[in-house]
Amino acid sequence: METSQQSGVGTGLTDGGFTKRKASAVPRALPFVPAGEHYRPLNVRRGGDGLANFLGWFSLGLGISQLVAPDGVARLIGLRPTERTRSTMRGIGMREVASGVGILSQKRQADWLWARVAGDTMDLGLLGRSATNDRNERERTTAAIFAVAGVFALDLFAATQVGKRSGSLVQGQPDDNGRRPGAGGGDNFEEYAKNSRANGGPGNYRGEEGGINTGLRNDAGKTKSGLRMTTNTITVNKGVEEIYDFWRNFENLPRFMRHLQSVKVLGNGRSKWVANAPAGTTVEWEAETTEDRPSELISWRSLPGSQVHNAGTVRFRSAPGGRGTEVRVDLEYAPPAGKLGAMVAMLFREEPGQQVHDDLRNFKQVMELGEIVLSDASAHKGMHPAQPSNKPVEMKL
Amino acid sequence: MKANCWMGKNNVQVRNVPDPKILNQRDAIIRITSTAICGSDLHLYNGFTPTMEKGDILGHEFMGEVVEVGRGVNNLKVGDRVVVPFPIACGNCGACEAGATSLCENSNPNAWIAENMMGHAPCGIFGYGHMTGGFAGGQAEYARVPFADFGPLKVPEEMTDEQVLFLTDILPTAYMGAEMCNITPGDTIAVWGCGPVGQFAIASAYLLGAEKVIAIDNVPYRLQMAREKAGAITINFDEVDSVPTVLKELTGGRGPDACIDCVGMEGTGHGVQFAHDRLKQMARIQVDRPIALREAIMSCRNGGTVSIVGVYAGLIDKFPIGSVMNRSLRIMTGQCHVHRYMKPLLERIQKGEIDPTFVITHRMKLDDAAEGYRIFNKKLDNCEKIVLKA
Repeated sequence: METSQQSGVGTGLTDGGFTKRKASAVPRALPFVPAGEHYRPLNVRRGGDGLANFLGWFSLGLGISQLVAPDGVARLIGLRPTERTRSTMRGIGMREVASGVGILSQKRQADWLWARVAGDTMDLGLLGRSATNDRNERERTTAAIFAVAGVFALDLFAATQVGKRSGSLVQGQPDDNGRRPGAGGGDNFEEYAKNSRANGGPGNYRGEEGGINTGLRNDAGKTKSGLRMTTNTITVNKGVEEIYDFWRNFENLPRFMRHLQSVKVLGNGRSKWVANAPAGTTVEWEAETTEDRPSELISWRSLPGSQVHNAGTVRFRSAPGGRGTEVRVDLEYAPPAGKLGAMVAMLFREEPGQQVHDDLRNFKQVMELGEIVLSDASAHKGMHPAQPSNKPVEMKL
Repeated sequence: MKANCWMGKNNVQVRNVPDPKILNQRDAIIRITSTAICGSDLHLYNGFTPTMEKGDILGHEFMGEVVEVGRGVNNLKVGDRVVVPFPIACGNCGACEAGATSLCENSNPNAWIAENMMGHAPCGIFGYGHMTGGFAGGQAEYARVPFADFGPLKVPEEMTDEQVLFLTDILPTAYMGAEMCNITPGDTIAVWGCGPVGQFAIASAYLLGAEKVIAIDNVPYRLQMAREKAGAITINFDEVDSVPTVLKELTGGRGPDACIDCVGMEGTGHGVQFAHDRLKQMARIQVDRPIALREAIMSCRNGGTVSIVGVYAGLIDKFPIGSVMNRSLRIMTGQCHVHRYMKPLLERIQKGEIDPTFVITHRMKLDDAAEGYRIFNKKLDNCEKIVLKA
């Protein structure tokens, strides 16, 4: 009788399918997070986030109820519906909707939360006066006062928490000095690294390289709504040099970035980027290479005055044990308002992280296979069954 | 061309669809001579596998003749007869280099769907929904085969379609299920499910040195096949109170050294637990019904191996992790890395060590696919395995 080892079948892969490949002898750069160091996310989530969102939805829900059914809400809190309560209720409803939308839009979230605190104070005053009126149901009104007092406490807590978080790298809210991240002279990442070193001792990996090296710091004063940032990484089964060389020629980028139509290298580290935008239009910008370390990293950013502000750094590291190359992209972009805002939203989809991730997967395919793999379903846009089609292929190859 | 399309729950239809074309340079187009209906196709048929679209062409067990090759395919030429592995794999990525082709990192264009549902994405699969890539399947007259220079295996002239067709999926899947048990001489192996994969798992366990194999099912003709063709001791779970107790009785109280789950997400059983599982599955609270898996875990001897090759898709409840942890069980599983088993198993067939044709009970025309699905699903007419011919 044979055992699996002797059978000749399956190459002895009884560990679930993986044999370790031989570690390469090539010396390699430090990994993104070296051993013995703590990972600290840039996009720090702190208490107050979830609460603020809850309060935003709560505001919106309450406001809409007050607008749609002012009498019902009045009865609920023990008030006799009159023309006056109705109009007061509608006024408060509009206030609630406004602060709800404000909080959920995440712009100046702290201010909107403070607006809620002020609103609660006003409501407590109004309710207190109603409770003394004999025509109302006192028990219900008293219960409403306790409820509003509870919400008041939550609002106050959320407002102070979100206020503390100002200066957040992601939201781009002003810090304690009223300075926006990236604004003149302050490099967020250096500051962040400094803080984290102070808090967590030496060796914060973000700090070692300072996040995106370009920063938008020199022209960030022009961006109104702050910066957004996404980080993505993938492992490609090729050597660092080959991958670096491919990426360094920006004209290759449209081969794997779905929304890019073309990139033209203009010389002097400058390039012109054209991306597809809704309704068959395009959006263009010029970018410059701000840092270029062979086989290690490339940083670029859009030039001041561009329609689309963005900056990125791509880093390359040999994966441990000769498992190819880890490619890491940090993309920072400032969604401008209005029409261009819509274009950018489309450019990065709703979820830019997913978009960059898809593009990186395409990058891996281009590097490992020379083209992007298509299925019957993926060769064409939109949902459709997995069967051959007579239509020409719509996706990049 | 004609192709068998999924048109909704319990509804497949052979329809006219456009012929496949070369899309990527390493593609080949195959004229299909034989294809089969897989037990896992029934999970799609019964509507338990997510991300199906009306019109999807089914089928991942197929073979045929090369009629066209892309410019990146150098090892195949028009007229070659090939058998096609069900996992689509590139051969270039880290997983493929390690031999784990069902984990190919490049072959699933819808990897993002799978990543959202499972954390990371498995490979693309022919005719198996959009989460596994959205590739048209092989229950058709023609199919496009990506990475044709890596996957398909040329078939020796003297071998018939039926001898090699199951190299596409069920024979390697069952073999891997047995191989993952690390069988040593004297071992007793228990196999849940006597469908085609179960039959081959019994045979593979014997090939790999098992002393005895015990098979569990409740379909009499399938148990009969397991006894007569594969040589198992059989248990009809409808006739006993507790499968784990019977397995203890048959193994001196120790329990089987390894248990292979060849059932997957649509397991059947008795009692409150089964009713509860079925209810939750219907309500979409859990995707899978892990009846066989729970039994396998509870039955396995201390320190033994539970090998899962039946297909699961999503979430389960009441997984006896305490039994696994405290009794040092080893769980081994995976979609089969077919590529690495095809050639060695082809050699075993050539040498006469195994004849996979014993599971075939029905030979039908592609046009009759709908009828085939119906009888296979309902286990009518002693149906074990259906081969469809063009």
